[in-house]
Amino acid sequence: MAPHLVVKNLTKRYSSRPVLDIDELTIDKEEVLAVIGPNGSGKSTLLRLIAHLEKPDGGSIEFAGGNGVKDGFGIRRRLAVVFQESLLFTGTVFDNIAYGLRVRKTARGEVKKRVGEAAEVFGISHLLERPSNLLSGGEAQRTSLARAFVLEPELLLLDEPMASLDPPTKESLLADLNDVLEKMKATVIYVTHELTEAMILADRCAFIEGGRIIQVGTPQEVMASPVNRKVADFVGVENILKGRIAGSSDGLTRVKVNGSEIEVINHVSSTEKVWVLIRPENVTITLEESGNTSARNRFSGIVKNTLDLGVLHRVVVDCGFPMVVFVTKRSVEEMSLQAGKRVWISFKATGVHVISREGERV
Amino acid sequence: MDLLLDGVKQAFILIFTGDSLVVEATLRSLQTSGSAVLISLLLGVPLGLLLALARFPGRNLIVAIINAGMGLPPVVVGLVVAILLWRSGIFGFLGLMYTVAAMVIAQVIIALPLVVGLTLTAIQQLNPKLRLQALALGASKSQMLVMLVKEAKLTMLAAVIAGFGAIISEVGAVLMVGGNISGQTRVLTTAIVEQVGRGDFSRALALSFILLAITFTATYALTLYQQKGVGVWRRTS
Repeated sequence: MAPHLVVKNLTKRYSSRPVLDIDELTIDKEEVLAVIGPNGSGKSTLLRLIAHLEKPDGGSIEFAGGNGVKDGFGIRRRLAVVFQESLLFTGTVFDNIAYGLRVRKTARGEVKKRVGEAAEVFGISHLLERPSNLLSGGEAQRTSLARAFVLEPELLLLDEPMASLDPPTKESLLADLNDVLEKMKATVIYVTHELTEAMILADRCAFIEGGRIIQVGTPQEVMASPVNRKVADFVGVENILKGRIAGSSDGLTRVKVNGSEIEVINHVSSTEKVWVLIRPENVTITLEESGNTSARNRFSGIVKNTLDLGVLHRVVVDCGFPMVVFVTKRSVEEMSLQAGKRVWISFKATGVHVISREGERV
Repeated sequence: MDLLLDGVKQAFILIFTGDSLVVEATLRSLQTSGSAVLISLLLGVPLGLLLALARFPGRNLIVAIINAGMGLPPVVVGLVVAILLWRSGIFGFLGLMYTVAAMVIAQVIIALPLVVGLTLTAIQQLNPKLRLQALALGASKSQMLVMLVKEAKLTMLAAVIAGFGAIISEVGAVLMVGGNISGQTRVLTTAIVEQVGRGDFSRALALSFILLAITFTATYALTLYQQKGVGVWRRTS
């Protein structure tokens, strides 16, 4: 199947500063693509260019079945954008949701029907007659989403729609949005700097940094196998250790980290200098060295500190290199984990991800 | 005090007996100032939008001129328009001197900077992303501009109120270019000046009360429209 949207060699500069340089990015029909990256990485600029709200300096953005429509207005009629701010117009919630339909000269009866349906989907039917300036943040953003979804656009562009909401409001809207996206089979580009949102909503993630796409893959792939240190930092890999390849045998690669050797599965890169990435949830703590385990990596260490995060505790163990481990509150109590306690940590060779340090600016 | 009370009494008598001078001056004031406000809006709103949204060389100079124009002394406007429309002036061939049209021109020059300046301010005070939002929902450029005007409605109505108040109550310019000709160019303000000159304070006061009543009624009606729906809605939940 041909991609629904193809972005090629897209560049944008503000003054003389390059802010975007995308070689290629595609999105399939009915796919939810999350564009993730830190603030200032160029993701919102990318979205504005795709929405034809700004002109690129170079490159192309092509819709499938464009029927030769090239002008900004013609293309904007095929899509809808929701921004971080709800940006509601003066008038009622009904007026706001109806805006896009009215500018398309949709018949009055049809407007009423579709606005009612969209309000129902986003749980704001009871607010239709309320003036937009008297809505809470969550209600306003639901209105803003309904205003875009009611158009049933060929492409929905959502630019950090949850970023200004408080956590409970965000959680509830995220769950509803997930349901809506599954039911409506919409094609969506979802810009966010929150990995959890991408994990919940997206089929694929494109990580953008410094205006360039660094990695594209399923959210799980990006989480488990970040391609460089920046992606690793962003996706919350807490254990990032500097190492050197020491050798390989039987499909296992040994990486030297601060005098200790960590075994990694099938590292194929020829590079010597590497980053060793271990997610805290892949590490286990025991009080004794257990021989009955499949974990290839076992190290003795001293607990440096523990931090209560609620259900979980963040425990840092010094085993020649610092290792962050997430442990349940109950285990911390049962094992009396506190600073100075001697423990063993273990993790599987498959739970380690290795990336090159060569040529990387760190 | 007696003079004031007599003036009020006279005003009621003149209004209810349909005094020809009062009726003529009142209708002409409404016609002249109403037309001038309408023309100022038709010219001023698009110009205000252009200045608010576009960037071009000389824009700042135009904005400065508009701002200075908001405090133009009406008598100076009257003098310049009179010079231009005078028989030997650049536009003398139009034969507009001492006509309602000349008075409307002078009043438009007084009201236009107010309308342009307040429209410019009103549009610039809006969140600039509203424009992007309207376009991103499929609005054409003209539909987006209509949305902006609607969003800036409150401040722009203030422009109408300020413009109308400024021109219906000014006397210097209309006297200079209209000449206060009975049956042709006499308006409330010039009629008041004339009655005072004749020593007929009762009639002058009566006309002044009518002028005040018109100004207040027009302003009140515009204010009611401006404030419609603002802060009167209460949450039901």
